Amino acid sequence: MRDVAIIGVKNTKFGEMWERSFRDIVVEAGIGAIEDSGVSGDRLDGMYVGNMSGGQFVEQEHIGALIADYSGLSLDLHIPSTRVEAACASGGLAFRQAVMAVASGHEDIVMAAGVEKMTDVSSTAASSALAAAADREWEGIMGATFPGLYAMIARMHMDKYGTTSEQMASVAVKNHKNGSMNPIAQYKSPITVDSVLNSIMVADPLHIFDCSPITDGAAAVVLAPADIAHEYTDTPIYIKATAQASDTIALHDRRDITTLDASVSAGKRAFEMAKMTPADIDLVEVHDCFTIAEICAIEDLGFAKKGEGGKMTEDGETAIGGKVAVNTSGGLKSCGHPVGATGIKQVVEVTQQLRGEAGGRQVDGAEVGMTHNVGGSGATAVVHILARER
Amino acid sequence: MSVARFWRKQINRYNLVGTHCKTCDSYYYPPRNVCPKCRRDGEIEPHKFSGPGDIVTYTIIHTAAEGFEHQAPYVLAIVQLDEGPRFTSQIVCNPEDVHIGMKVKPVFRKLGESGDNGMIYYGTKYVPA
Repeated sequence: MRDVAIIGVKNTKFGEMWERSFRDIVVEAGIGAIEDSGVSGDRLDGMYVGNMSGGQFVEQEHIGALIADYSGLSLDLHIPSTRVEAACASGGLAFRQAVMAVASGHEDIVMAAGVEKMTDVSSTAASSALAAAADREWEGIMGATFPGLYAMIARMHMDKYGTTSEQMASVAVKNHKNGSMNPIAQYKSPITVDSVLNSIMVADPLHIFDCSPITDGAAAVVLAPADIAHEYTDTPIYIKATAQASDTIALHDRRDITTLDASVSAGKRAFEMAKMTPADIDLVEVHDCFTIAEICAIEDLGFAKKGEGGKMTEDGETAIGGKVAVNTSGGLKSCGHPVGATGIKQVVEVTQQLRGEAGGRQVDGAEVGMTHNVGGSGATAVVHILARER
Repeated sequence: MSVARFWRKQINRYNLVGTHCKTCDSYYYPPRNVCPKCRRDGEIEPHKFSGPGDIVTYTIIHTAAEGFEHQAPYVLAIVQLDEGPRFTSQIVCNPEDVHIGMKVKPVFRKLGESGDNGMIYYGTKYVPA
């Protein structure tokens, strides 16, 4: 297998973009990543596009072909373009497919993109579309919502480990602080623990400020074989590991409701592949769709002992400048969560950090970063490790 | 959910019928086609569960799922049956009374209705035992 490098990246602005369409935003991300890479668009050998629910959000399927067409890569070139779906892990999985295409030697210059346009429908319709990532016949039919499923994780985490609402709120406070320094973030206002605890209850014990928002956004990266990456960029970022794992679709079937075994498994495989441990990681973008999800993620990936993720956050060890910087972008919570784009946005953030281009939120001397993207309540997890050194 | 899609699992939802794997003696509700532990070596048979269980974890949903708006706030929980399997159910009780470890028993209730054709879905919910 060949080593693979990232040679170009681009995030669109994340937020409510009522004046722009699904295809507008993904083309902006794709063209931006191509320009950043210095590659000519017609050099692309393939595209992988992460998208969760185009059918429900914009009544559009056949996303791979649509995006190749509107990127100007269909006429005459006929570049193969594939849509990848794994709920909220669609972007991370599209990136993984692109990495494997280059690593295998089958394709050289490949784009991985992710996109979701979630504000063209009502928030009720958006919630209903998202609920399709859970078990519709045995969770959805009982009135389960995604905040409800994560609330049941949170309730058990509190009961088992003494995790508090204040500790969960401290995840949101940290991520809003980081997001305030990210020009693409949906929410740039800092918040306090009190404002989280006083916000309306969505699914007890989760308040609205414990939840990631409904977001429009797109992100794209361009990959190349590591051997030729320097022809295009002075700062290639190398992929040290790509890993993916599955678990039960329904939360009720999990071995331990407070542990996402898919995250544990994907994390373990990634560390083995990179020959690294959590101590080697300078920053990690984890899937904080809800504040409790970030606490579980840092425990499941080995940055905190099981049960101590809340305390670690409250103590500031996951802030920029702490033991490991978690969600420097602002995470899903403050930067926004356009579900199909999130996994690619995480890769863009880590790449910008490793290149030293993260501005006010830069992690000093960042050498190695990680991304962690989860689908549903944990039925899919995708983990990558990226590094400055090959 | 379409009529056919609901009816296929009606016996399971009405009567708490899941499955039992004769090879490893594991019980499953919701029902399984293949035993997740034994896989192809498993031998699956229908099993009617006795009913009682206790609450493993719960939430009180204030922002309801589509079609459940008039029920909010409602209690959603993961219930563990005495035979072992866990599943998601609404608990019909005062939200202030629910707690982890609470003993519950099944009741036959309306689950919801289809907006398009007016079909009413019935099934099993739980109440304090």
